Amino acid sequence: MSGHSTYNPTNPVMKWLDDRLPLPRLMYDSFVSYPVPRNLNYWYTFGGILMIMMVSQIITGIILVMHYTPHVDMAFDSVEHIRRNVNFGNVLQKWHAVGASFFFIAVYIHIARGMYYGSYKAPREILWMLGVAIFLVMMATGFMGYVLPWGQMSFWGAKVITNLFSAVPFFGEAIVTWLWGGFSVDNATLQRFFSLHYLLPFVLVGVVILHVWALHVTGQGNPTGVEVKSGQDTIAFTPFATVKDAFALSVFFIVFTAFVFYAPDYLGHSINYEEANPLVTPEHIVPEWYYLPFYAILRAVPDKLLGVVAMFGSIMIWFILPWLDTSKVRSAAYRPIFKQLFWLLMIDFFILGVVGANPPEGWWITVGQIATVYYFAHFLILLPLVGLLETPRPLPSSISDAVLAKNASKQPAAQPAE
Amino acid sequence: MKTTKTLLAAIALGTSLVLGTTAAVAAGKQHNAEDISFSFEGVFGHFDRAQLQRGYLVYKQVCAACHSMSLMSYRNLGERGGPELSEAEVKALAAEATIQDGPNDEGEMFERPGLPSDRFASPFPNMQAAMAANGGAYPVDLTLITKKREGFHFPWYVSPFIKLVKGNGGPEYVRSVLMGYEDPPADAAKDAPEGKSYNPYFAAGPWISMAPPLSEDAVEYADGTKASVEQMATDVAAFLTWAGEPKMEQRKSMGFQVVLYLALLSLLLFLTKKRVWGREPH
Repeated sequence: MSGHSTYNPTNPVMKWLDDRLPLPRLMYDSFVSYPVPRNLNYWYTFGGILMIMMVSQIITGIILVMHYTPHVDMAFDSVEHIRRNVNFGNVLQKWHAVGASFFFIAVYIHIARGMYYGSYKAPREILWMLGVAIFLVMMATGFMGYVLPWGQMSFWGAKVITNLFSAVPFFGEAIVTWLWGGFSVDNATLQRFFSLHYLLPFVLVGVVILHVWALHVTGQGNPTGVEVKSGQDTIAFTPFATVKDAFALSVFFIVFTAFVFYAPDYLGHSINYEEANPLVTPEHIVPEWYYLPFYAILRAVPDKLLGVVAMFGSIMIWFILPWLDTSKVRSAAYRPIFKQLFWLLMIDFFILGVVGANPPEGWWITVGQIATVYYFAHFLILLPLVGLLETPRPLPSSISDAVLAKNASKQPAAQPAE
Repeated sequence: MKTTKTLLAAIALGTSLVLGTTAAVAAGKQHNAEDISFSFEGVFGHFDRAQLQRGYLVYKQVCAACHSMSLMSYRNLGERGGPELSEAEVKALAAEATIQDGPNDEGEMFERPGLPSDRFASPFPNMQAAMAANGGAYPVDLTLITKKREGFHFPWYVSPFIKLVKGNGGPEYVRSVLMGYEDPPADAAKDAPEGKSYNPYFAAGPWISMAPPLSEDAVEYADGTKASVEQMATDVAAFLTWAGEPKMEQRKSMGFQVVLYLALLSLLLFLTKKRVWGREPH
């Protein structure tokens, strides 16, 4: 919330600095005195978790680059060199690879939370759209990162995904050759992917800064979807949100590190331990798990070009989500029908993921097509319609009213006659 | 966390009981590797030093005739978390190998005894030579074999749960392939390819170019263990698992400390959070 600043430095050094460059003031206003709704639940902690995951990926990535060699003859062995010979390299490499998966787990939860509580609605459209842009950059970064170890799935995944662009009319072949830097996925491809995989995370940081800036202009949404009306509704970021975020982060990291240390290969593909071989095509070429729903949409459409359009469209549609949802009420908590549609969408998305992991044959094709149609129908038909037809439940008059009502209903049960 | 693990284990157990029969029946497909319990499995898994040493002997005397292990160095054999051979033993083992080095001051390549820092000597100078000597089949490099091959295959609706508990079954795969040679069923025997053996556990099978490599007492173990085919297969599978990730023990023991630390931190943060939020309605 862009109120006037309450920062009042007592330390002379801070005061001196603040008078010349108000960096301490910016930090204080953003992460200490910043008022957040008092009713935020744990689903709202994933923004902070994502921030930490991004930093974690960048730090581990920078160190990995010190030992990695982006060359088709050496990339695979250099990753093994990291696992075998570099101090803590085995853990570092797994932290980065598993970290990518958990970065996506967190971002999917974060996006789903936004959809459930209608976080994309006015005045937060730009905040939401920046979020979609972040997701796209993450996808590109993750894809290129997966190519770098130069295993079989790295190579063939790169080949399949870059080949998608050959569907572009007239210029398709030329675009693919341009992307590859040659006539096949080869050293030039690996080196440019390496270069971009190092560049894009910093682009990501830039968009994230805009995302947080937009957040601090509009203020955070909250589970009731009712805007903050008075100081009663909010609580200071520090210590309240800080300690809650820290706790959630710590729990998230228990799960994350359990995978890093005890199931590091679980979320990957065994076949990527086989060095890339352009002459041997793997039986099933599957992307990383976090792309599977979109991969299923791609394959659900019989036409290659339309499949590519559908795949990209399935994410691009999020950009216009604020205008597809016609309801005045933000939160699903007060929208009985929308709430059910939300969960149906989650199930649909999960089904798409399962379809994407399985070979496109038999009834998988039919299931994939039905799930794809439903996915688009949710956004293009159901969402606009339900906003007009649904009768929302009455909204609380303010956040603090909602909180007090909730606590009052809990109270008698919690305190038996005393 | 604990209940989740118990739950997952229960699901895995239940489904594997149901599928134990159906998976094996799946016609013509690769057989699931026999699931045995290795000492290196689980949160506190450690390699059995004696087993790794026996496994290395099997590799050296049997597998190394055709299979390279290009990412391994002799020094690894003496490092913590592996077979942990003594420095003298590592030096002696390395010196048994002949390594091509050079060029020297005259520009000539020359041969010298191996050093601990050398990679394991490969049986063939290149892939083509290896294929030419093996009837056109390439004897795969074994360094990462337990990482890249999967011994367990389950239907899609249970696979993620079972594999979370059991892993991909790479070590079991190696063991089962080595023990899995059998007479082909009558209908398959008719069109048996020349010079190949029948092995339903082999990933690209059931016909495999490698002749049965192990036979009773093919090696003589220094510790007096009886060298049955099963013993050798199990030992070499353990050795190859270690070679696939020589730092596995360090990873697991570090992981325990990390998770424990985070668990305590979470507890403290939870209590702090409760205290801080105290009387603030939320």
